[in-house]
Amino acid sequence: MSDIDAPAAIPADAVEGQLIDPTLVQAGTQIQNYMINFGPQHPAAHGVLRLVMELDGELIERCDPHIGLLHRGTEKLIEYKTYLQALPYMDRLDYCSPMAMEHSYVLAIEKLLGVEVPRRAQVIRVLWAEIMRISNHILNTGAHAMDVGALTPILWLFAERERLYQFSERVSGARMHAAYFRPGGVHQDMPAGLAEDIRAWANGFPKVLDEVQGLVADNRIFKQRNVDIGVISAQDAIAWGFTGPCLRGSGIAWDLRKSQPYEIYADLEFDVPVGMNGDCYDRFMVRMEEMRQSLRIIEQCLNRLQHMEGEPIASLDRKLVPPSRGEMKRSMEALIHHFKLYTEGFKVPPGEVYVATESPKGEFGIYLVSDGTNKPYRCHIRATGMSHLQAMDYLCKGHMLADAPAVLGSLDIVFGEVDR
Amino acid sequence: MSHLPAFAGNEGVAERALALLGGHVIDAAEAVGELTLLVQRDCIGLVLRTLRDTPDLAFEQLLDICGADYPERAERFEVNYHLLSLRHNRRIRVKVSTDEEAPVPSVTSLFPCAGWFERETWDCYGVYFEGNPDLRRILTDYGFEGHPFRKDFPLSGHVELRYSEEQGRVVYEPVTLKQDFRNFDFLSPWEGQWQLPGDEKAVADADGKDSAK
Repeated sequence: MSDIDAPAAIPADAVEGQLIDPTLVQAGTQIQNYMINFGPQHPAAHGVLRLVMELDGELIERCDPHIGLLHRGTEKLIEYKTYLQALPYMDRLDYCSPMAMEHSYVLAIEKLLGVEVPRRAQVIRVLWAEIMRISNHILNTGAHAMDVGALTPILWLFAERERLYQFSERVSGARMHAAYFRPGGVHQDMPAGLAEDIRAWANGFPKVLDEVQGLVADNRIFKQRNVDIGVISAQDAIAWGFTGPCLRGSGIAWDLRKSQPYEIYADLEFDVPVGMNGDCYDRFMVRMEEMRQSLRIIEQCLNRLQHMEGEPIASLDRKLVPPSRGEMKRSMEALIHHFKLYTEGFKVPPGEVYVATESPKGEFGIYLVSDGTNKPYRCHIRATGMSHLQAMDYLCKGHMLADAPAVLGSLDIVFGEVDR
Repeated sequence: MSHLPAFAGNEGVAERALALLGGHVIDAAEAVGELTLLVQRDCIGLVLRTLRDTPDLAFEQLLDICGADYPERAERFEVNYHLLSLRHNRRIRVKVSTDEEAPVPSVTSLFPCAGWFERETWDCYGVYFEGNPDLRRILTDYGFEGHPFRKDFPLSGHVELRYSEEQGRVVYEPVTLKQDFRNFDFLSPWEGQWQLPGDEKAVADADGKDSAK
């Protein structure tokens, strides 16, 4: 007991700042780099990431991420399901922003089918896509701040995130795995009173954001841990396949909602924040500002919804969208449609599409190949985090070991999506 | 107005690409607003470099590489490269086809992000990328055998994991299914199909008139 507790004796002639005491190193001793496993069970690894790091003292020489520990073969499973049955798999990709994952998938199906989605359904989709963006950024910014030592932001922000989960439950019946966006529209109408509650929450949220940002933005420790850490230039960010806030953090104003607008984004007013230096601090701040912009979009969507009472929330094409439960009980035709859609499903014309949307993490794409049957022939998921995580070696090289969690936090990795 | 992602049109892109790459492009097709180039396998590096470095094309970002399996084809695998031009706001898809043996030249020297995408395609489909410096498996387990996304790989896989109390570690065992794997086929046979069950008898009768008499 006493052996363990006793502090190591410091030689009297030890030089301050010298890492290795020369008196302990015998002449001719070889000093080697050593390897450590960061994860897969590390709280700052954001899930099941195994980083094999080669360290020279505390400097990272090489960083090799081992992924796939959460690989579930989603793309293979989808090939054995009908288009509608495959949709809930999307929720399980990036489980921090489930509806944003569904978005690309339903748009890909709709592109092959060539259907039109009613205006109201588009507004509702955009509203939820932005709620998902805030929900995702809350998790990421909170966890990022926590990884570098600030515990308070995540506690404050998670109280807000819980409200968003409750909204999600009220609209879809599930807190996380919503399966709310459906080919042709959304599953159900928003329940009465939900729009007002979202508005009330959205009015109060900027204050929380300001308080959180006030805690960390100018905090000396937070800046020391993030400014000039994990810098990537604009050119390199493009070459490494960066998208979303990671690309914008490097100063490129590229946002698919602006440059390739889908749904009603072309009619909405919002700004695209960009960073200057491409470091962890800029990526963090881009996300903080994006939450404010998302609040602007949410408000515009809620205003539009007020004037759209009673308009359809999904395509009225009964060969694609099942009838309502009530209708089904009264009409034989509706009952047949319901039965056919939930057994055989709908058929999608042969062809291939690649559709990408601006998910909270960046470009989330679906490459869908149809052979004309009721099941996808191939559905490839372009995971955002894959190309970000791939750059870990590039971003971490030469940094200290303690910088790795900051870099990882700023890349916003979720393993449901990376591993698929 | 469509609700789908809107980007700049593809006018002139295919012509320009064909003019630059003439002999290497097997086919250029546009469907549902997306341009696809099918190119010769050995020239993929040259094609992607040309598409990236020609200023009026400028497909500077490689977003994705993915495989696809068509077992009935002579060269069963397709490798799709999805490119994005931030400057011109356009997308393009470049395809090559290959089989189990023929290697596809790696594009890691052109796009650093291709490394993991190629590893994934190798892991899932067994398409070999020649020149990739680090072509390890990426998504499947250490020591995994086979390429799971091939159409002839069963959905249930070949092995399953369990924790063995006796050995004190996780062990692999052949898959045992408590219930046979069921794959329901709900496709309506009568939709769009003009030959109904029994029709083949009528055809046989018409061919062999003697037997009918």
